[in-house]
This record gives sequence, structure tokens and C-alpha cells, in this order.
Amino acid sequence: MLLEIKNLQARVADKPILKGIDLALDAGQVHAIMGPNGSGKSTLAGVLAGREVYAVTGGEVLYEGADLLAMKPEERASAGIFMAFQYPVEIPGVSNMYFLRAALNAQRKARGLEELDAMDFLALVKDKAKLLGLDETLLSRPVNEGFSGGEKKRNEIFQMAVLEPRLAILDETDSGLDIDALKAVAVGINAMRSPERGMIVVTHYQRLLSYVVPDFVHVMHNGRIVRSGGKELALELERVGYAWLEEQAAVGS
Amino acid sequence: MSATVIPATEYESAYLAAFAGATLPGGARLGRTRQAAIERFGALGFPTTHNEAWKYTNLAPFLKTPYQPAPAAAFTGELPAASPGAVRLVFVSGRFAPELSTTHTLAGLKISRFKEAFTRRSIVDRIGATATFETNAMVALNTAMFEDGALVEVADGAVLDAPVELLFVATGEGSVAYPRNLIIAGRDSQARIVETYLGPGGARYFTAAVSEVLVADGAVIEHYKLQEESEAALHFGMLAVRQGASSNFVSHNIAFGGALARNEIAVVLEGEGADCNLNGLYVTGGRQHVDNYTTLDHAQPHTTSHELYKGVLDGTSQAVFHGRIIVRPEAQKTDAIQRNKNLLLSDGAVINTKPQLEIYADDVKCTHGATVGQVDADAIFYLRSRGIPLAEARSLLTYAFTNEMIGTMKVESVRARLGPLLLRRLAGGGA
Repeated sequence: MLLEIKNLQARVADKPILKGIDLALDAGQVHAIMGPNGSGKSTLAGVLAGREVYAVTGGEVLYEGADLLAMKPEERASAGIFMAFQYPVEIPGVSNMYFLRAALNAQRKARGLEELDAMDFLALVKDKAKLLGLDETLLSRPVNEGFSGGEKKRNEIFQMAVLEPRLAILDETDSGLDIDALKAVAVGINAMRSPERGMIVVTHYQRLLSYVVPDFVHVMHNGRIVRSGGKELALELERVGYAWLEEQAAVGS
Repeated sequence: MSATVIPATEYESAYLAAFAGATLPGGARLGRTRQAAIERFGALGFPTTHNEAWKYTNLAPFLKTPYQPAPAAAFTGELPAASPGAVRLVFVSGRFAPELSTTHTLAGLKISRFKEAFTRRSIVDRIGATATFETNAMVALNTAMFEDGALVEVADGAVLDAPVELLFVATGEGSVAYPRNLIIAGRDSQARIVETYLGPGGARYFTAAVSEVLVADGAVIEHYKLQEESEAALHFGMLAVRQGASSNFVSHNIAFGGALARNEIAVVLEGEGADCNLNGLYVTGGRQHVDNYTTLDHAQPHTTSHELYKGVLDGTSQAVFHGRIIVRPEAQKTDAIQRNKNLLLSDGAVINTKPQLEIYADDVKCTHGATVGQVDADAIFYLRSRGIPLAEARSLLTYAFTNEMIGTMKVESVRARLGPLLLRRLAGGGA
């Protein structure tokens, strides 16, 4: 099993956000996590990536059998976990190329591999940029600075393509994209699907899932997964929305 | 030499005695300037924290043991690589070092040791005309004591195709040197001047330097000051500039070194349409103290100035940014922007930042702003989430903060040297 989440609980400050999440994901699978705003989807993604604002208060997460929660964010990255950010950070003064090379070489070093020299790296990056149809001028620009929303999201997918993770977590990668940008991002994601790689696609809308078809769909509400199913669940949600969750919660309480 | 001067405090007496006992170059005319200067120095005394302009910078601990005039010494260390084609003069402990200097010149450039020009009345008359010593004890001390430095004259209309590099290397423990430069840029000329101040690691010495720059109408001058003194050194520098009409002057003031370093820049925009850019970067660590005191004097209409100083402070180091902008009554349509941005890497670091705007004209645009902050936590997480370890993420982001200043520099050799130097320093967590 690539990833096992068992009864995971987490809070921000004094507010419990995750109230017992269970999820198992195998290599080669794409799991979509859907749900209304505030359901805890992005918190789950953040906890998996190691964001420090979230305090884990219970449960465990095993990544390839190892205790993920004991690992630092950079150790998780080197172990093969990648999160595409909902809001990619702008870093003025550092070029995209420099940043990516530093990241790739840090990961290679952590894995005991030789660092890539500038020439080999350039060849790799050009190759990946071509694969995603990414404008090469973005490579020499400072990381995300002045990028449009679509460019930022494509840059995340581009980073994923260069870093080749074992587990990719895409946090609302579709938000704020027009249909053309969405299609471009979906092409990038699909190009990365492989039997060796697992993906968690966090999204509010079904839209992206028309292009990136998931193997499993989970619905989160109020810090829990309240329903799981196949790809048809996403279509159902698109039809009926999330209002039923509130009714269910009212009945349940 | 002549009349006895009563020192303001005990710290001055050794310097007054050194003046009295010294045989300084120059004729009677320069001698009179020196005499007036030493008298001003004696009357003013070394600045103390009671002086508003020195409020945050305390010289006293550095003055207890007087610095002695430096003995002649050879320099055997390594100097920074020169720019291709650059004309370079090197001064070791204030004395010209021909074996380390270049001998060629550039079309339109006349460069010599200052000392060799003391017979030229037009030159002697300019000494102290821009860097006035009436109210500045440190400038007064330099004016009284200086022996040598560079005289750089750029002919009208000349465009120098390589930079002029002036290097001042300290050698002697406990010694003092007074480098002095005069740069005269003719009408519509263009030049790049790089001043570098260096010293052997750990050495305790005092450098008190003054450079005067006259930028004639239409001239375009880019000036660099790279202050890389030893971490135990006391450094004072004054860069005094006068700008003619439609001239452009850019200063890059980089401060890495010194136990205590004070850098003053005083620019008078005395020609209509003159434009000035002051770029500064100070990187401090340990117990270093770096003080930047800049004055932009807008004296004529349609003059513009852009000032950006950035600081990175670590350890228990302290820095000061004091930015004074004067807009004279006749200087209508002045456009002045001043910004000071600081990154504090530790809890113990202290920055004092102070804008001082004196505006006497009514149709002007003057803005200023200062920020003090830490490395952005979201950015650190972003880098870590890509596999870059915490310490490396921090230093990369700090480097990125400073990179903007390097990006504005046109001399490639300076950029090429500063980049790695900064990375090393920031990776090492300061001094």
C-alpha cells in the first residue's frame, strides 16, 4: 500500500478540522476528494505535505509503510511526495530554473544519487516543458512572480513532471482556471498517471474530473469522509450538489 | 605644524599630535586647507551619540586605543579579479602600490595618484568643496591627514569602455589610513567607478575614506562602493556628489564588513533634471554595526531620486538607515522615492530606520517607506515541500531578497563576485 491514513485527526489552533479520516491508496490509483468549502479537504492535503500550522492530534499515516507524520516536509518530498499548491507562492529573486534544480538536486542528494549538472538539468527541463506545452520563458522568470493564475497552476504541474513523485497531492489545482487552462492542466496530470504513481486530487467541482477520471471518489464533510464510491459519484455530486450533506448532518445529530 | 588646538575630548589628542608630527604632501594652499580641517576636527571632536546624526552609532569603544598612522607594508594576499580592460589603482594602507596596479589607460580617461596633482591649483581648490568638513569631524580628519588616493578625470563626451577600479587594502594591526579620491566627470561623459575596501581577516584597524564626485551636465556615472573590511575594523566613508543638469548618478553601496562601519552619502542635485539612484545593501552578523546615512539635496526643479536600501541582519548585529531628503524652495517638480527594507534573521538583531524629509517646495512628489520582517514562512514551506532542507530554504530566500540589488548592477565582474560571496555569507548565517 502506498498510503494508509488511519483515523487521522488534526486541528488549527484550538479548532478541530479533521475528525477521523480513513483512506487507503495504492500505486496506480487516482483518488478524488470532494466536498464543500470548509470540509477539511485542503487541511488533509496540508497535513500530508507537512504544513506546520496543522497540529495532528490523533491517528496515523503510513507512507510505503513508514510513519509519514514523523518526517519533515523536505524528507517527505525526497521520499516521493509532491503537493501542488492551491495558492503557489511567489518567490521574487529566484528563477524557476534555479529553484527547480535546487529542489531536484536536494531530493537526489537525500536519495544518495548524484546531482544533475546544469547541462543535463537543462535537457530534462526542456523535455518536460515541451511535454506540457509550457512557455519556455516561464523557466527563466522568478518563481510564480507575475504569473497568471493559469500559469501558476501549470507551473505546479511542471514541477511535478520534473520531480516525478510517487504520490502526488493536487490541492484544488482546478480552481480559478478557465476551460482552456483547465484542459492544459488535465493533459499534464494525465501524462503523469502511471502504475507506479498514486494521486490524490482535491477539488470542489466535478469539472476537472471529466478530464482526469478518478478510480475512487470520496466526499468529505465536517472533517470526515462521509461517502466513498467510484467515478460516477462525482457525476452525481455535480447533479445534486452538497446540500444533502447538511440534511444528513441534521438528521444524524 | 602650527597653532595648538585644544581637543574636544581625550580621544582626539593622538590624532592632533599625529597631524602636528606628520610631513604631509601638498603645497601651502593645501596646507592651509589641512590646517583649517584639523582645527575643525579638534573643535568638533569625534561624533558621539549626543549628536543627532550619530544617535544610534557609538564610536567610543573603538577610540579608546588610538590608531597609529600605518607603516609602509607590502601586500601579499589575493585581490578580487579585475574586469576585462579595467584600469585599476591599488592603495595599500593608504599608499599607492604600483606593482598591483595597471599601467594602461582608456580613451578619454586621465587617471593618476592624487598626490601627483597637488601642483594643480584647479585640483587643490576642489578638495573639500564637495565633501565639506565644517560640520563633519570625520571628513575634517580625512581632509587634514590624507596622503593619497585616486584622481579620476573623464573628458567631456568620453564614454569609458571599461570600469575604473580603486582598491584600498588595509594591512597594519592598529593602524589608520585616510584614502581620498576625486572623480571629475566631464559633460556628457559616461563612466563606471568601483571602489573596494578590504583588509586581512580579524585585523583591527581604522579606515576613514572620502570620495568627492563632480558629475557635469549630461554625464552618466555609476559608482560602486564595496565595503569588505575585516570584521574587527572601524570604517568611515563619505561619498560626496554634485550633479549638473540632466546628469545621472547611480550609487551601489554594499556593506559586508567592519565591526563598526558608517557610510555617508551626500548628493546635491544642483542642475535641473538631474537624476540620482542610491542603491544599498548591508549584510551583517555577529556583533557588527553598520550605519548608512544618506542625504539627497534637491536644489533645482525637475530633479528625481530613487533610493532603495536593503538590509539582512543576523546575530546580535545592528544597522541604521537614515535617509535625509531635502527639497529646496526652487526645486519644484521634484520626484523622490525612498525605501528601506530589512530582513531580520535572528531575534537579537536590531535595525533603526529613519526617514527625514525636509520639503520647502509645494509642487513635489516625495514618498518613503520602511519595512522590517522575517523570511516568509509560506515561502519556506513551499521550498521545503519541494525537498529543499530548512536551512537551505532560508538562505535561498534571503539570497533572493538581496538579489534585487545585484540585478541593478551593470559591471559584470562585480555581479559575478557578489553573487557567490552573498550565498556563502548567507549560508554561513552572517559574519
